[in-house]
Amino acid sequence: MRLSPDQLIFWQHGFFVLNGTIMFTWALMFVLVAGSWLITRRLSTEQTRSRWQNLLEIVVTGIDKQIEEVGLPHPEKYIGFIGTLFLFVGLAALCTVIPGYEPPTGSLSTTAALALCVFVAVPLFGIEQNGIAGYLKSYLAPTPLMLPFNIISELSRTLALAVRLFGNMMSGAMIIAILLTITPFVFPIVMTALGLLTGMVQAYIFSILAAVYIAAATRSRAAKPEPAPAT
Amino acid sequence: MTTIAVASIVTAGITTGFGTMGPALSEGKAVASALTSLAQQPDASATITRTLFVGLAMIESTAIYCFVISMILVFANPFWNHVVTLGAGK
Repeated sequence: MRLSPDQLIFWQHGFFVLNGTIMFTWALMFVLVAGSWLITRRLSTEQTRSRWQNLLEIVVTGIDKQIEEVGLPHPEKYIGFIGTLFLFVGLAALCTVIPGYEPPTGSLSTTAALALCVFVAVPLFGIEQNGIAGYLKSYLAPTPLMLPFNIISELSRTLALAVRLFGNMMSGAMIIAILLTITPFVFPIVMTALGLLTGMVQAYIFSILAAVYIAAATRSRAAKPEPAPAT
Repeated sequence: MTTIAVASIVTAGITTGFGTMGPALSEGKAVASALTSLAQQPDASATITRTLFVGLAMIESTAIYCFVISMILVFANPFWNHVVTLGAGK
């Protein structure tokens, strides 16, 4: 019983291993890069445009609007990172309809890497917006007593991001694998559809949570509010 | 050796069994209150829906943690693997 595509080895030489996770990730990267290069070769601003350009515009403006609604006022600064997270995790989930494919996000290495990217990106965006002193002072808000709890919450929400995505994708793949050995015909198709739904929801959740964390870090410190009148 | 197997299987079952009760109840409450506020303010449905999904994902994570522990106990149990290699070595 294979827990993750890590155990599907294509080629091995000493320390270097080409396992299923890496191969499927490369295939996804190739599809994303080649597809968008092909579509954006001849962009048109007229009324008539190719349907692929239309599709990309819908996707990009949709992500733009979501980032704005979360509370980031200039979405073009963040859409590169957040949009890539959504597209990668979403495409990894969508391609489960292809037989023989296993989502690389079903391996803890991939999801831990994505969560580490978010963990590094949040301070980067925060420092770019508020400066180092401003960002570090946010750890002392609301009182300096909260400093250890703020640090722990940073680490734990990174861990939660990784385990949430890994658990959802791995459980979907595993349930389909188990059902295939029991009732081979109709039920695995239903479970594949459910896995598609949860995969897309998890892609959305991952990118929205990343956007929320970045918004919390880049919130500009408003002027100190007046102290409440003593009762 | 059987002790490890019995303990692992029983713990795996109890972990998922108890671990999914709490999240299921609280997700029901969350969806119920989201439906109430949707009925009261339908034009805020985008915000309410998005907040609902984010909240549901956070609640679901605890159930996923329990599920991952159960999967590890059943399929990648380190104590079982250790005992099996000891037995194979004999």
